[in-house]
Amino acid sequence: MSMANNTAKTYTGTATSRVDGRAKVTGAAKYAGDFNEGGLAYGAVVEATIARGRITRIDASEARSVPGVIDVITHENRPRVADSDKAWKDDVAPEEGSPFRPLYDDAIKFNQQPIALVVAEEWEIARYAASLVRVDYEKQAFVTDVYRKRDDAIVVEKPDKPRGDAAKAFAAADVRHEADYFIPTEHHNPMELFATTAMWEAGGPLTVYDKTQGVQNVQQYLCSVFEKKSEEIRVVSPYVGGAFGSGLRPQYQVVLVVMAALKLQRSVRLVLTRQQMYGLGYRPATIERLALGARRDGTLDTITHEAVGTTSQFEEFSRNDTGWSALLYTSPNARYEHRVAPLDVPTSCDMRAPGAATGVYALESAMDELAVALKMDPVELRLRCYSDRDQNEDLPYTSKRLRECYREGAAAFGWDKRKAEPRSMRDGKTLVGWGMASGVWEALQMPTAVRIVMTANGHAEVSCAASDIGTGTYTIMAQVAADSLGLPIENISVKLADSTLPKAPVEGGSWIAASACHAVIATASEVRSELLRLAKLMKGSPLADTVEEDVALSDGKLVSRTQTDRGVSISDIMRHGALERIEKEKTNQVADDKAHARNTHSAVFAEVKVDEQLGVIRVTRVVSAVAAGRILNLKTGRSQVMGAVVGGIGMALHEETVYDHGLGRIVNHDIAEYHVPVNADIHDIEVIFVDEPDSLINPLGIKGLGEIGIVGVAAAVANAVYHATGVRVRDLPITLDKVLERRKAA
Amino acid sequence: MIPFQYTKANNVADAVRLIAATSGAKFIAGGTNLLDLMKDNVERPTTLIDISRLPLGSVEETASGGLRIGALVPNSDLAWHPLIEKRYPLVASAILAGASQQLRNMASTGGNLVQRTRCAYFYDTATACNKRQPGSGCSAVNGINRGHAILGASTSCIATHPSDMCVALAALDATVHVTGSNGARAIPFADFHRLPGDTPHIDTNLGPDEIITAVEVPAKGFATNYSYLKIRDRMSYAFALVSVAAALELKDGTIQEARLALGGVAHKPWRDPAAEAALRGQAAEEASFARAADLLLRDARPQTHNGFKVDLARRAIIRTLTQAAHGTPQSQSNKTIQ
Ligand SMILES: Cc1cc2nc3c(=O)[nH]c(=O)nc-3n(C[C@H](O)[C@H](O)[C@H](O)COP(=O)(O)OP(=O)(O)OC[C@H]3O[C@@H](n4cnc5c(N)ncnc54)[C@H](O)[C@@H]3O)c2cc1C
Ligand code: SF4
Repeated sequence: MSMANNTAKTYTGTATSRVDGRAKVTGAAKYAGDFNEGGLAYGAVVEATIARGRITRIDASEARSVPGVIDVITHENRPRVADSDKAWKDDVAPEEGSPFRPLYDDAIKFNQQPIALVVAEEWEIARYAASLVRVDYEKQAFVTDVYRKRDDAIVVEKPDKPRGDAAKAFAAADVRHEADYFIPTEHHNPMELFATTAMWEAGGPLTVYDKTQGVQNVQQYLCSVFEKKSEEIRVVSPYVGGAFGSGLRPQYQVVLVVMAALKLQRSVRLVLTRQQMYGLGYRPATIERLALGARRDGTLDTITHEAVGTTSQFEEFSRNDTGWSALLYTSPNARYEHRVAPLDVPTSCDMRAPGAATGVYALESAMDELAVALKMDPVELRLRCYSDRDQNEDLPYTSKRLRECYREGAAAFGWDKRKAEPRSMRDGKTLVGWGMASGVWEALQMPTAVRIVMTANGHAEVSCAASDIGTGTYTIMAQVAADSLGLPIENISVKLADSTLPKAPVEGGSWIAASACHAVIATASEVRSELLRLAKLMKGSPLADTVEEDVALSDGKLVSRTQTDRGVSISDIMRHGALERIEKEKTNQVADDKAHARNTHSAVFAEVKVDEQLGVIRVTRVVSAVAAGRILNLKTGRSQVMGAVVGGIGMALHEETVYDHGLGRIVNHDIAEYHVPVNADIHDIEVIFVDEPDSLINPLGIKGLGEIGIVGVAAAVANAVYHATGVRVRDLPITLDKVLERRKAA
Repeated sequence: MIPFQYTKANNVADAVRLIAATSGAKFIAGGTNLLDLMKDNVERPTTLIDISRLPLGSVEETASGGLRIGALVPNSDLAWHPLIEKRYPLVASAILAGASQQLRNMASTGGNLVQRTRCAYFYDTATACNKRQPGSGCSAVNGINRGHAILGASTSCIATHPSDMCVALAALDATVHVTGSNGARAIPFADFHRLPGDTPHIDTNLGPDEIITAVEVPAKGFATNYSYLKIRDRMSYAFALVSVAAALELKDGTIQEARLALGGVAHKPWRDPAAEAALRGQAAEEASFARAADLLLRDARPQTHNGFKVDLARRAIIRTLTQAAHGTPQSQSNKTIQ
């Protein structure tokens, strides 16, 4: 490995502080809505107030008459855009369907759909004028409730193949558990609002500052939608204030801004309001049905997992909810089914650990219920059916230290002191509950290119089109670059998220860390080869007969690994070669290994305290033991998992997008009413990184950490609530009224 | 948000003159409620009369032994005021149960009284709401009404009053001092907020040209046996599903006087003289508390989604009275319920 050296400081794997931390806390970091220039015009969106129908009349005359209003763009006067579904399909679009086209025609497909953009000299003027646009509709019948479409939901092809005969095994099983679980619609609610600023320049490219998890995805999409050549549009997104998946697909504000900028030949900015953010994608409301059958000794005979998730009437979005059990538990019989219910809502989309956050919540709740039915400790049950193979693909893992997660997590939590009986543990008036669950996620890699420009003064610029959505990508790339180039981290600058930079996939799926870091290493080794070539040309070079495999960059020098006294400083080499800079670009090698399954795992332990009379629930302790290969940065890594645990607690107890199904409208569309946990809801969270060496997955053994942290948390909390109260709430979020009422009913 | 004029009032008389003379004008104090409503086009004032600089920012002892709290005293200053902490800890506790530190820093005493309901339909101009647009209908009756009233609602409106501080002030028999074109008057707290009836668009009995100058609390502060308990969907920064202010005067374990007010259940802080009377002379124990709770809730009429509130209110009343009787009031800092 190129970073082997023992003299200089090593960054990879340490708790390095964020390289962008200072810029963020001082406000120097600019987000999409922060870019400014004279002559900027401001947009404000007019939204549909019905769930389905047609615009029969749209009257913007009053809005236009407001001084300072430049234009009101609607489907009637918008500039030309592409008219094929293919042109509107971005990289992340579902395979099936016809992507939403903002301001395309008079059809209303969901409430809060954008139907006009008011552009004005000032934001306040635009916003006021937007309130003056009068719209008449022809209303049509609509459905926004997934339960009403449960029976005629559409089967999607995605689920993994069945094993054996699940139904027959279920009928014959000694012990059975069967139940429905429900996860409501959730919105991502990133702190930063969706925003785009497009800088128009006569004859130049349109520079689009956009809040996105994938600048090149947005760039290609815009070129295709607006029928532009690649060099005519550049998309930049240096900082993203959280996205959690909501920024994977281009959002409508970027289309509206580019439309306005091109039409008006002006620079335009649009920042959505918090309320308007609820007109975008969301985690689909999902009904999950689990049927488990086991022998008395805890051996699983059969698993059936069915899911019905929400999508729009125009696109089929779904992720793998049902197949995760095959990665965790051995069962000879299994059957999966995934259906989507098309509703009059926007298309659902990825949200942190899509499919797993929901599917594993249901699976792990069901496993807990099975453990209760078997009178078996929940950890013990999971160890009895532990699977060393991915049964969907029938493959071994590159590594799987889930057993160690259970063991280390249980030890840190003190699980051995748990009393099995529900309602048997108390702390004064409060009931204490301990619950646990497993987590599982993918460890993917994608082709990613990185450019390194090394200058004679020993600085290197590392660049790539990938985004840092707050996860720490800038920092881990700087760490790995510093180590592989043998430079102090202060000498590394990382440039990300500009569509003109080397090619990268969207920042999602937890694949950026492994992909980008290996691209850095691959590129750094090209730089090193070039330096060696030059060093050999130096008169009396101490590296004259050193071979490629024996050199490393360390402490600003190119040195021999075996004969450590032999080396030349980078600046000497470059001065000698009369070079100002060395520039290299390379893409990571994604191993084509079809013989192994690649996953991250976790075991989550939660303690809740529930007031017996009032039903008030507090999550007082969480221990999350994660096996995710090599952890590149203990500080940002721990933050990722802690944040994900908070997200999981929110999923369990707070988060729900509430629809008035009679109106087809969201009623809690702001963050005062859409609850996520606040500080007072969060207590001890302990993160354990289980040692998991993995030489098969990739050279550094990196698996990625962005999503695994949320998987299993909601189930652990739900299981703890059951253990505390004896009440099994199977529809999230677990609010105190559900606990109280069902306790009474029991 | 619609365009509006902005003007500053120099003194109370000036403020009254301006509001009487300007149609569609509104006072703005901390702005924490009014600005949100303006951004959503719910409130559409033609003119904002900024009263934040008026000399109504002090807390003073009155001749009769009470306290006069200026209408512009910020919620956080009030909660941490030494006299309030010492003599009226129920008020301090209720304030600290509300909103967030940042909001409490901005929010004024007067504004807190006049803040409007958090009914989601009231905020959403795409829906019908009698409070926002009289005669348009009430979306909540057949819609999402988990947070709505169980007491004193009407067929035109089932909204609740969202304030925490007002629940404590109601329990303590506070008085609201107002000044209008016709001079100053004092409104007993119980008469300040209204029930919705068929005029839900009128929240309070404050006249259109009147300004709140102060809130007065009488001498009796129940500083020994009190508690404010707020039950909500998360531990902080959420409105009450049910909240209870309880204050007791005890002698040898017997209740001499009792005050009981509920938040989150009605269009105004809810008090019931019969329930309080039933506590008087009784032993301070669970059976007495349960009887009072049953009395207070005897006319409760839940909506489709908030049936739980009736039982929750009963349990919360019993718990809060127990906390008060034991002198172990609910902590608003660590939020653990005793
Ligand atoms: C997200 C959020 C959460 C909140 N949570 C809670 C909570 O949990 N509990 C709680 O109790 N409150 C809560 N609040 C509400 C907060 O307490 C009120 O917004 C605040 O008290 C209003 O005071 P203000 O000075 O900002 O009023 P403003 O917004 O300035 O005014 C509100 C109204 O009062 C009128 N007004 C103001 N002063 C006077 C006066 N002197 N005379 C006559 N009329 C006057 C104004 O004209 C306006 O109509 C929350 C608010 C927000 C935004
Ligand atoms: S409850 Fe009152 S505020 Fe809410 S919609 Fe009905 S009328 Fe409006």
